[in-house]
Amino acid sequence: MSEAASVLCLVMILLVPLASLGLALMNTGLGRSRSAAHTMLAALCIVATAALVYFAVGFCWQGVAGRAARCFNINGRSWNWFGAEAPFLSSLTMDGSPAWLVVLSQMFSAGLAALIPLGAGTDRWRLGPACVSSAIMAGVIYPLYAHWAWGGGWLSQLGTYYGMGRGYLDAGGAGCIQVTGGLAALSIAWLLGPRRGKYSSSGMAAAIPGHHTVFVLLACFLAWIGWTGLNASGAMLFAGAPWSSAVLIALDTMLSAGASALAAAVITRTRFGRPDASLCANGWVGGLVASSAGCGFLSPAVAAVTGVVAGALVTLSVEWIDVYLGVDDPGGSVSVHAIAGTWGLLATGMFGRVPDSQWLAQLVGIATLFGFVFPLAFTLNWVLNRFFPQRVSPEGEWQGMDLHELGAGAYPEFVIHREDFIQR
Amino acid sequence: MKPAGLVLLLAGWAIVLTAAALLKPTPARAGFVLAGVGVEAMGLVLLVRAHIVPRGDRS
Repeated sequence: MSEAASVLCLVMILLVPLASLGLALMNTGLGRSRSAAHTMLAALCIVATAALVYFAVGFCWQGVAGRAARCFNINGRSWNWFGAEAPFLSSLTMDGSPAWLVVLSQMFSAGLAALIPLGAGTDRWRLGPACVSSAIMAGVIYPLYAHWAWGGGWLSQLGTYYGMGRGYLDAGGAGCIQVTGGLAALSIAWLLGPRRGKYSSSGMAAAIPGHHTVFVLLACFLAWIGWTGLNASGAMLFAGAPWSSAVLIALDTMLSAGASALAAAVITRTRFGRPDASLCANGWVGGLVASSAGCGFLSPAVAAVTGVVAGALVTLSVEWIDVYLGVDDPGGSVSVHAIAGTWGLLATGMFGRVPDSQWLAQLVGIATLFGFVFPLAFTLNWVLNRFFPQRVSPEGEWQGMDLHELGAGAYPEFVIHREDFIQR
Repeated sequence: MKPAGLVLLLAGWAIVLTAAALLKPTPARAGFVLAGVGVEAMGLVLLVRAHIVPRGDRS
């Protein structure tokens, strides 16, 4: 990697925390006002825990392509399964090599992946278990899959060894970050159960609107900048994209997000008579997620079409998951990250500028996410829940997470006094 | 139903992995990979159904 490319890559990596900020703000805005401070603090603690755990053990598993790894021989081929780095980054020397860019980028990405389940657990996920769950994500689940896809692991070898296109392609982390986080979010939503009052005694789902739509929409702009950095740095570090492709990557990201948000606006306008702000925001982020897999490998037109489909999938699946599956996911994390991310991976294999057999490698990668990563995330969170219950007590939920866990609300001046409503 | 769903997910992945590792690049390999994905889909459906709370018990 040339010096100019390294500098550009570093700048792009430094934009990634804006994606985390966007998600944190969106989850806060889509939750209740009595849990707002708790959600933001939980986001901060989750990112902090993820960074420390990734530094301590996560990087050992993940490693960097071309460095030490543990391999097994299967049918005469060497399958690369785990990284073999030392804890606390002690096997790296500070020599300015791209490995350090990988470490920085992956520390941010692990935090982003760990943050996604918070959207599904808003208003009822206790702070302590949320941090432990994020440690599991950053220490075990994320590094393992990221090694397979990005660290020279077996998924990336599918092209060389088995003629499946150029191997599993996930330039910006649609699978490694988004689907992994989205499936963990589904596990968390199942383990926590719905918020009190979400479903009536007859089983009808009640809409619990987010408390701050401006936060949610502002989050879209922040996430857009962060995602551009995420996609560009990922494509340069893990998919061999030249630095000159950064413009195409930014275009793909913008077009996919824009088309997705407009698709969500049209669908909600058609179905409900008016565009729904929170679903449009979900559509926007869904488009960003879908753009991640093939950024730099999709033509702008294909990126826009991918975004339209992502917007439709997100809008329709949010309602389906909420009403028919009884999964209370206030932030829409399962739809936005798991479903749109899966679509992005498939779209890259089918419509990207890639070899014909690429779709098979993408399918193997998706099968690994649903067949291995999901059971692993569900089982580890289930075990955690047995020893360290993740859901707040009914009294705490009634009181609000802010008062119950932090002792103070996010908006202390906005107290509704009963006498304000008494007719004088 | 939950353990059965998880086992089917893992079994589907094992089929995909085995097909990728042992079969030559022929349509049969793609067929086995698709079959593995199908088994995973069944596992996912089972897991989702196991978590659907009956409408009367949701509150």
